[in-house]
Amino acid sequence: MSVFNQSRSGIIQIAFGFVFLVIIGQLVNLQVFSAKYKLAAENNAIYRKIIYPDRGIIYDRNNKSILENIIMYDLVVTPVEAKGVDTLTLCKLLNIDSVEYKRRIKEIGYRNGTVRPSVFESLLSPEMYAGLNENMFKFPGFILSERSARSYPFSTAANVLGYIAEVDTSFLRKHKDEGYENGDYAGMTGLERNYEKILMGKRGVKRFIRDNKSRIQGSFENGRYDTSAVAGKNLHLSLDVNLQKLGEKLMTNKVGSIVAIDPKTGGILCMVSAPTYDPNYLTGNQRRHHYGELALDPRLPLINRTVSSKYSPGSTFKTIVGIVGLTEGVINANSRIGCSGAFWGCGNGKPKCLDPGYFNFKEGIAHSCNTFFATVFKRTLDQQKFGNADSALTKFNEYAYSFGLGKRLGVDVPSEKNGNLPVSSYYRKIFGRNWNSCNIISNSIGQGEVQTTIVQLANVMATIANKGYFYTPHLVDSIEGGDVYGMLDSFKVKHTTKDVPDSIFEEVQNGMQAVMEFGTGAEAKVPGIVVCGKTGTVQNSAKVNGVMTKQKDHAFFGAFAPRNNPKIAIAIICENAGFGAQSSAPIASLMIEQYIKDSIEGSQRKAKVEELAKKNLIPPMMKLAMARMDSVKQAKLNLLIQQQKEKEEEDTTEEEISIDSTDRIPEKPILTKPRESRDKKKSITFHSAAILTDEKQYTINKKTIKA
Amino acid sequence: MTSSRNNTKISQGIDWVVVWVYALLVAIGILCIFMVEYKPGINVFQTFIAGKTNYSKQLMFTFLCIVMAMFILLADSKLFTAFANMMYAFGILLMLATFVIGKSINGSKSWIPLGGGFNLQPAEICKIFTSLALAKFLSRQETDFSKLRSQIIGGCIALSPAILSIFQNETGLALVYFSFFIVMYREGLPPALLIFGFSFAALVIATLILEPNTLAIALTIIAAATIYFTKRIRKRNKNLLVTIIAIWAICVSVQRFAVPYIFNNVFQCYQSTRIFSMVGKDYDCSQNKSAMRRVSDKEKAAKKPDDYNVRQSKIAIGSGGLIGKGFLKGTQTRGKYVPEQHTDFIFTSIGEAFGLAGCFVFLAIYLFLLLRIINLAEKQRSTFSRVYAYCVASILFFHIVVNVCMTIGLFPIIGITLPLISYGGSSLLSFTILLFILVRLDADRQMVLR
Repeated sequence: MSVFNQSRSGIIQIAFGFVFLVIIGQLVNLQVFSAKYKLAAENNAIYRKIIYPDRGIIYDRNNKSILENIIMYDLVVTPVEAKGVDTLTLCKLLNIDSVEYKRRIKEIGYRNGTVRPSVFESLLSPEMYAGLNENMFKFPGFILSERSARSYPFSTAANVLGYIAEVDTSFLRKHKDEGYENGDYAGMTGLERNYEKILMGKRGVKRFIRDNKSRIQGSFENGRYDTSAVAGKNLHLSLDVNLQKLGEKLMTNKVGSIVAIDPKTGGILCMVSAPTYDPNYLTGNQRRHHYGELALDPRLPLINRTVSSKYSPGSTFKTIVGIVGLTEGVINANSRIGCSGAFWGCGNGKPKCLDPGYFNFKEGIAHSCNTFFATVFKRTLDQQKFGNADSALTKFNEYAYSFGLGKRLGVDVPSEKNGNLPVSSYYRKIFGRNWNSCNIISNSIGQGEVQTTIVQLANVMATIANKGYFYTPHLVDSIEGGDVYGMLDSFKVKHTTKDVPDSIFEEVQNGMQAVMEFGTGAEAKVPGIVVCGKTGTVQNSAKVNGVMTKQKDHAFFGAFAPRNNPKIAIAIICENAGFGAQSSAPIASLMIEQYIKDSIEGSQRKAKVEELAKKNLIPPMMKLAMARMDSVKQAKLNLLIQQQKEKEEEDTTEEEISIDSTDRIPEKPILTKPRESRDKKKSITFHSAAILTDEKQYTINKKTIKA
Repeated sequence: MTSSRNNTKISQGIDWVVVWVYALLVAIGILCIFMVEYKPGINVFQTFIAGKTNYSKQLMFTFLCIVMAMFILLADSKLFTAFANMMYAFGILLMLATFVIGKSINGSKSWIPLGGGFNLQPAEICKIFTSLALAKFLSRQETDFSKLRSQIIGGCIALSPAILSIFQNETGLALVYFSFFIVMYREGLPPALLIFGFSFAALVIATLILEPNTLAIALTIIAAATIYFTKRIRKRNKNLLVTIIAIWAICVSVQRFAVPYIFNNVFQCYQSTRIFSMVGKDYDCSQNKSAMRRVSDKEKAAKKPDDYNVRQSKIAIGSGGLIGKGFLKGTQTRGKYVPEQHTDFIFTSIGEAFGLAGCFVFLAIYLFLLLRIINLAEKQRSTFSRVYAYCVASILFFHIVVNVCMTIGLFPIIGITLPLISYGGSSLLSFTILLFILVRLDADRQMVLR
């Protein structure tokens, strides 16, 4: 019997073997030839956690940290563990209602799963943190997780220091190979942006094994492939935080900017762009909201006016015209030019002149005589040796370029503008081939097409103070641990002016000193210090309802001090503030005093600070725009209150708040707009349309920052 | 017969190779389960003793199995022949009883609760009884397996539990009973039947893969070509033309109507989806009748995609590479990415930890066991022992192949365990009994007459 059909045994064995071969074949295919499974396994199971290093700290010239890191807290929830939470207390602490709570929990579960921890509320305010920390035992499934945030202890220099923000797609596209990922933070403006490479440090990576629900199971290969984070390097600035603070105080309720430079090094001592805001306003969980507010403000507080706004330099430009004239020899120090109240050299009596007289160079500068410098400028361009105005202007521009005008200086804050020194080809287009000096005579007094930034103007002052050289103005003095990327190299190059002898600078300085003693800048005198300065008053116009309308003059002031051993060169503009002598000059004098003497001395001077700080010089156009915005806001708010009130009347039982209708109305915005209510500290107030909101400032209460 | 009775030593004649391979496989199984459940920082010895983890439970089951194996080895081999039919009847009865007192686990009502958290799956144990009954039937003097009647009776014995199993919604185990056709083939089942079976399977797969019209045209062309090339033979045999046309008609109707009907109306939505996903296609559940009935249930939570199991299982095995990631170092295993990894998908842990080399060695052990059993079978003098040995080999083969193929994406997912490796007392016990009865029978192979 057993012999029967025995051959089939062999067939069965072969069949068994064959099937096993097929299995081995598929295994070879899966395990040897399909690389995708290895990749898929890694994506599945290995979680790369990026360890963020601390960003570098920024110090001022006196080693005070003006931008540092603080710990902030996120409220993190694991929905599946959040059972038996005292929602009432939690909602009260977070200023949300239970509907919002449920919505968030639902959304988190949908977006990130219910077993993984997700952020419920990010960057808690210190009050919220304190309240939550005491009550955490009531909220199972919730934890407070630390995170590093930026803090500005002096609440100053917002536009200089800049801020960090979450990177967007365009940023990621631009910085493809630098290892940024979605959700990372990077410097967006100011020094945070320019020195991002240095401040950022080096990120570390930790690898974890995670399970099918993305819960961490332990480190991968005991951390063999992990890298540790290297903290960002600290920056030391030439900025003086006290000077900066004073500058910001003096520029309250004004539009304009101040730049002060140490002429010896080119280090920027202060860089005030007004109006400014408290940089802490753009940290914390209300960042997006606050940013929106700032971005919509008609006074443009987010712009760094010191480098991004171009102005006609006005009479301050006369110093350059004078230097060129003296160097070219079209006048000498003793040449006297008569002024009858206007310049008739071109036959049309323009530009006009304020106080007539018969001036030498020093007096010309001191009285800021238009006729004097129009004459000098005309003589310079009409010189026989150049043949025509084209090459004469080219020569003139060469001088001006050597003072750092007309081109970007290379300051280490972003979005610097180049200013404008018009060239001959530009005028050829307008006036034809045979244009002459009379066509551009208004350039002689810094009007017309000549444009500079305030940094450039401050740099001109520094150059005059140095008698013929300057270093590129810069904020960062040194980088802790060395300048690996050579970012500070350009600030060590000495730029000299085009062959202007010292004696000529001596003359200009004489003139500028005279400005302070008996000229237009008497307001800028500093007791006990020899200050050299130059005022400027610039006519300007702006479009109002589509028509160019003449606006109040811009007030300029440029100065340096002390004359013999210059320590500070300064340039100031107050937009639409009238004569330079009334606003800019006294500000300059206080700034110089603060820097050189380290404080403002005497009650009279102190009173002056307060007086200037109170002075409201916001241009009327901006006032109007702000008022319009506020009234729209107010109208919207009124509508909301109205709606809320109607709703309340329908169902009054739900509320547990005292049912006293009189004091409920002011509380309405709190109920309707939780976002507003969460930071009551914010000093923004809604005025009715009739009251101008000039005092509107973007600050947050000091208490909120100190954790 | 009397001479062997005198010999009281139970180790007499036992094939130790099979026993050692059995022990090796069970040990590998426990290690695999340990690998799946391992968490760093545990006290390994303690958890093995404590009985809370699956590997420690499996260890306990192993002791139980050793006791069971002892009993079987101590028993008289005549017992199995004598009680074969009765046990088969008992098994069928148990399966019928399941319909009344059964408990539903994972959607299949095929379990009988035994109390204390233990459940019995009659279909699992019935494999042994069916093997014995089939062996008994084929070894009868009066059975002539070349007769159609005997073949039908044999088929009935093998497939009755399968049909009951299908009604219990346990398709996986039902399929196992088809492995008895290997035994019957060995005992003289005409190969035509197997050829027919394979052709049918090929047709079904072709239906799934190819466009209906393309396949219909292909079938028609084949039929036409056959008619053309058999011109001469047809002259002698007039019926051939009719046969060919009939076969063609059946094929087309199967492809056009039967297969879609089965997939849409007989199978559950998830079953159809699994089969379709194996050939790399999506199954539209909206056509499925049973799915339409439960359409309101389906709107519950968002489920994981249906090929999730296979995908994760392939990832785990594929990421093992040539030599694997090492013992306890599998990231997919540690992260519990493969569902049911300690039972049906236990092979993935070997694939990930030891790679192709490990899989090869592991499968080689299995193949060695199978060939050894066939080898033993052919040595038997009694038909009963031989048929039974073939039954054991076939069941093992079917389990191994289907289970492994399902983890590497060559077979749709059905709940079939990997013999001696997968976690589970029922499975381990039934395979132990299956094997040790064979060992017992083989030890007494000198006894010719039965």
